[in-house]
Amino acid sequence: MSAMTLVAQDSATMLGREIKHSVRLLRLLVVSSILVPIVMLLLFDYILGGTIGRGLGAAAHGAPYIDYLVAGILVMTVAGSCGPTAINVTMDMTGGFVDRIRTMAVTRGALLAGHVGVSVLRMLVATAAVIVVALLVGFRPKASIADWFAVVGIIAAFSLAMAWLSAAIGLVTKSVAGANGLTLPLSFLLPFLSSTFVPADSMPAGVRWFAANQPFTAVVDSLRALLSGAPAGNAPYLALVWCAAIALVAFVWARASFNRVAA
Amino acid sequence: MNALTSPTTRAAVVVTGLRKTYGQKLVLQGVDLRIEEGEVFALLGPNGAGKTTIVRILSTLIPADAGTATVMGYDLRREAGRVRGVIGVTGQFSAVDDLLTGEENMLLMGRLLHLPAAVRRSRAAELLERFDLAGAARQTPATYSGGMRRRLDIAMSLIGRPQLIFLDEPTTGLDPRSRRTMWQLIRELVADGVTILLTTQYLEEADQLANRIALLDHGRIVAEGTPEELKRRMPGAHIQLRFADAASLDRAARELKEGARDEQELVLRVPNDGGIQSLRNVLARLGDGIAVEDLSIHTPDLDDVFLAMTANPSKEKN
Repeated sequence: MSAMTLVAQDSATMLGREIKHSVRLLRLLVVSSILVPIVMLLLFDYILGGTIGRGLGAAAHGAPYIDYLVAGILVMTVAGSCGPTAINVTMDMTGGFVDRIRTMAVTRGALLAGHVGVSVLRMLVATAAVIVVALLVGFRPKASIADWFAVVGIIAAFSLAMAWLSAAIGLVTKSVAGANGLTLPLSFLLPFLSSTFVPADSMPAGVRWFAANQPFTAVVDSLRALLSGAPAGNAPYLALVWCAAIALVAFVWARASFNRVAA
Repeated sequence: MNALTSPTTRAAVVVTGLRKTYGQKLVLQGVDLRIEEGEVFALLGPNGAGKTTIVRILSTLIPADAGTATVMGYDLRREAGRVRGVIGVTGQFSAVDDLLTGEENMLLMGRLLHLPAAVRRSRAAELLERFDLAGAARQTPATYSGGMRRRLDIAMSLIGRPQLIFLDEPTTGLDPRSRRTMWQLIRELVADGVTILLTTQYLEEADQLANRIALLDHGRIVAEGTPEELKRRMPGAHIQLRFADAASLDRAARELKEGARDEQELVLRVPNDGGIQSLRNVLARLGDGIAVEDLSIHTPDLDDVFLAMTANPSKEKN
């Protein structure tokens, strides 16, 4: 068997293991990865949406607030899955399991590949579920078929970036609490400091520059443009460049941390 | 070939000058070991002696700072991949997947070893049966007792038919009954012809299971040999005679001419190997006139050896 076949086979084995884990932890995952973003969607749309929507002015392009909001909630959904991924990685690394794997002739990266692969799958399932709920409560996208393909592509790329980033965080933390704490900025803070709920240029001067130029905003803006059928310009490319850059850096970081822990 | 040379046994593990430091702490300060194929070798020592560090180095988990080691003929440093192919490791901390059932855990190991589907299924079923886990195979380890969990852990490391098995404190934390069961399972493994390196802090366990024992203390091997050899190193097999009064003690001491007196306890300790004949001699010399309240025979056990060899608690830091 060639080295590449072994890598693929071991990664598939670990992917299968992680899928079983996700099925066993389904209730927990549904709550943390799907229900939380849905609650955010409903809170911001029904409770705060009236006032925020009126305040948006030209940024809303005359559409109801939910059409503005959904792009941001999708990004939040992906980011919200970072915690479970980091926690799963930490649990594997701090328990005896990783040592067992390392004393066997198993491909080194397979364990991480399994975690990241299933993490991306979970993020995609969660965003699909959130889109369905959004449609039920009045979200009316005007995207063409091509736009939808671009939306799926960007969400997948963003998911891959976030999955590697949370895997890296899971590798450097020593405890479940640490993994949870370190992913909170990703799942909670960064969405607020982006164009998820309101345009960046409506923010106070201190955070405006950051909010306008950080990667979450690039992803949210491109999804929003594509979903509303508006000309997206260079936004999707910028988003993809950000995702590729984050994924690459996180991958290198994760690999280095894994080898260090495994040394 | 010279017919006079005895058949040389092949070494499963050869270690020379193994050193390891964590920060300022010297964990191993030059360990030499030779474990023959097919034997059960016990590393015996108190907590912090360096037992687990040796296992972690030999099972390719951490590199040594200095020294050389071969495992089943493969160089640990240059051929770590080959070493991994012939060893099975059960660490001190549970390495089972809690979200998978016992059977799924076994099959996962089979997959990672690239065994064909039919082989891993039959091997998993066979090991689960042998380790008395067949009934719990469809349950997750969350429902297992400590002993069952440990048995699953060991069963998982046997799927690939390893030639050398590391068992790091296999019975620590188990109740007496589970410990006996585990001992029986380990003896059965030996009968299969595998080599076992086990670590333990229990002298009785090393005595029960091992052909050879190395006593490890503060990162050094302070004694090595068969359990009998180690016990023989301790002088002090004696019989203990207790008397009703000081007068009897005096008369007995005069008659026997040897032995240590304990006036307070009214006890005389007489060097004696505990054999029937030498016992009879002592009793004959005492005659009928001296009333012996109580007689007990003391042979040195590994505890004596252990305490004598490792008694240096003042040097211990923290």
